[in-house]
Amino acid sequence: MTGSDPVRLYRTVRLIRRFEERAIELVDAGEIVGGIHPYLGQEGIAAGVCAALAADDLVTGTHRGHGHVLAKGADPARMLAELCGRVTGLNQGRGGSMHAADFGVGVLGANAIVGAAGAILTGAVWERRRRGADVVGATFFGDGAVNEGMLLEAFNLAALWRVPVLFVCENNGYATTMPVAGAVAGTIAGRAEAFGMPATAVDGQDPESVRAATAAAVARMRAGGGPELIEAHTYRFDAHHTFEHRVRLDYRPPEEVAEGRSRDPVVIQGARLAPAVRAEVDAAVEAVLDAAVDFALAGPHPDPATALDHLYASGLTARNGGG
Amino acid sequence: MPRLSYRRALTRALADEMTRDESVVVLGEDIRVAAANVTTGLLKKFGPERVRDTPLSEQAFTSFATGAALAGARPVVEFQIPSLLFLVFEQIVNHAHKFPLMTGGQCAVPVTYVVPGSGSRTGWAGQHSDHPYALFAHVGVTTVVPATPADAYGLLVSAIRCDDPVVVFAPAGALDLREDVTDPAPVPLGRGVVRRSGDDVTVVAVGHLVHDALAVAEELSGQASVEVFDPRTLYPFDFDGLVDSVSRTGRLVVVDDGNRSCGIAGEIIATVVERVRLVAPPRRVTRPDGAVLPFAPALDRAVQPGRDQLTAAIQLTLKDG
Ligand SMILES: Cc1ncc(C[n+]2csc(CCOP(=O)(O)OP(=O)(O)O)c2C)c(N)n1
Repeated sequence: MTGSDPVRLYRTVRLIRRFEERAIELVDAGEIVGGIHPYLGQEGIAAGVCAALAADDLVTGTHRGHGHVLAKGADPARMLAELCGRVTGLNQGRGGSMHAADFGVGVLGANAIVGAAGAILTGAVWERRRRGADVVGATFFGDGAVNEGMLLEAFNLAALWRVPVLFVCENNGYATTMPVAGAVAGTIAGRAEAFGMPATAVDGQDPESVRAATAAAVARMRAGGGPELIEAHTYRFDAHHTFEHRVRLDYRPPEEVAEGRSRDPVVIQGARLAPAVRAEVDAAVEAVLDAAVDFALAGPHPDPATALDHLYASGLTARNGGG
Repeated sequence: MPRLSYRRALTRALADEMTRDESVVVLGEDIRVAAANVTTGLLKKFGPERVRDTPLSEQAFTSFATGAALAGARPVVEFQIPSLLFLVFEQIVNHAHKFPLMTGGQCAVPVTYVVPGSGSRTGWAGQHSDHPYALFAHVGVTTVVPATPADAYGLLVSAIRCDDPVVVFAPAGALDLREDVTDPAPVPLGRGVVRRSGDDVTVVAVGHLVHDALAVAEELSGQASVEVFDPRTLYPFDFDGLVDSVSRTGRLVVVDDGNRSCGIAGEIIATVVERVRLVAPPRRVTRPDGAVLPFAPALDRAVQPGRDQLTAAIQLTLKDG
């Protein structure tokens, strides 16, 4: 599982890439209401990290979370159905893009509150290990999240209690429109080191580098080494959110965008494959996504009468708002 | 009969549930030494893997409990002061409470948050004296405020067994109570109880105020027959039980140690008047709008709902119709 498998890694980055592109088409077609936070350009991180995790290892992610959920093994068709708000979706249409979760593959949820997912994952990994499972976890967050006190509290708990959590910072240079230089005093690695956590910087555009760094960290964590941080340098190719396709926000110089896009994880990983193999993977991914789009759009919309279903796990029922 | 104190009732509920169910763990600040006098003896009995002293990281350990619950634990988190709930409102409301729905029912988050010493603790002033139960009821988090030692035991046990997040407010004004309890038992969530029967007016009292309401009812017993209803759980509220009572008495007074605007008393009155034709306008006795408890004892007392106000409200309601 943790050895290098260039074809599989390429398949994952390609799947995430095409999933996002198809999702953007569905946003434009009005099928995905509310838009998405595209992961385009950052695929190498989710793919590389998850390639070094085992099936029962746990993951939590962010508002830009499609890549994390897919890389951990969620079904793209049910994921796309979720984005389209159908009952056939991973979350039965209750979560949408920012909350996609698949407990069956260890994804405890994309989380839309910046900085929130780290402590949740720490508690989950701690409990699984208390029950005797040899699991580790990876939690993804952006460069903006490192300024949230909540995440730093989670660093402390994980380090203090030696919970094997890999904190993966996807440093794409911006928190919405705020550049890192305008937001982060000190360094991101320095924040980890302050809690006694090893921090590794990695080229997030190279899926193999991410996988190798993760595999090394995971091996140390499984050997009892405690949590670690990986800072993956990356670039977001597209908008912060698809709303930006409609409004013009001026915060990234065109030369910078061009330069950023020139280092494409799909191209970098694809170059490691023979052209024929790559073409075969591309065709297979396309077939999966064609089927996913059909599945997603064919799924029924939830019945409004069920809007309060799942509110309480104990079966408690809430009063309706009307009448 | 054995006397059970309110604090020991909480301790006993924790110990009994930890014995019954391996997945119950307790987290909080200084709980090893039982600084709040509630977790006494638990470390010795259950060990540090189940009784976790936490650093001062309320937000992280509250979400840590959410994660542990997602992985199969039933964590109980003890908070040293009620005002800390404002710090972790985000973690409880945005995460613990929303996860089951947002995931389409893929998970439950059975965390219990215990606040031993909610409300005024005389002399602790502005940042230690809040009683923010209405906030949680508003959001829809199961919210309980036990008034007696037997209920403190029984409701905490039920909270721990509940598959949803539950906040248990143990009012400071009730912590020193003792009562005879032979056989403490679970008390169902969402079920109120008539503490004293009467025919003329129903008084709904929350938490420690149940005891004030009973005292006032006794004082007024020559003039009026006062029924005292203790909801025990504020969300979900036992409106059927209350409507039953008010349908008989036709009059309603609510006494609640929360702030007036958007408080639980307003919700209780609104729901009752939707369902019952009263013979007199309902009244409520609460803290003032947007109150912050002042330090000086006389001011602290002036802000909290008192027996005199309750007596006056009952008398006015009886005069009105
Ligand atoms: C606590 C919090 N603050 C603000 C927001 C609004 N918001 C959503 S995404 C975002 C930027 C996050 O930046 P970063 O953490 O770098 O992640 P990226 O979007 O670059 O992946 C903001 C400010 C939020 N969801 N949560």
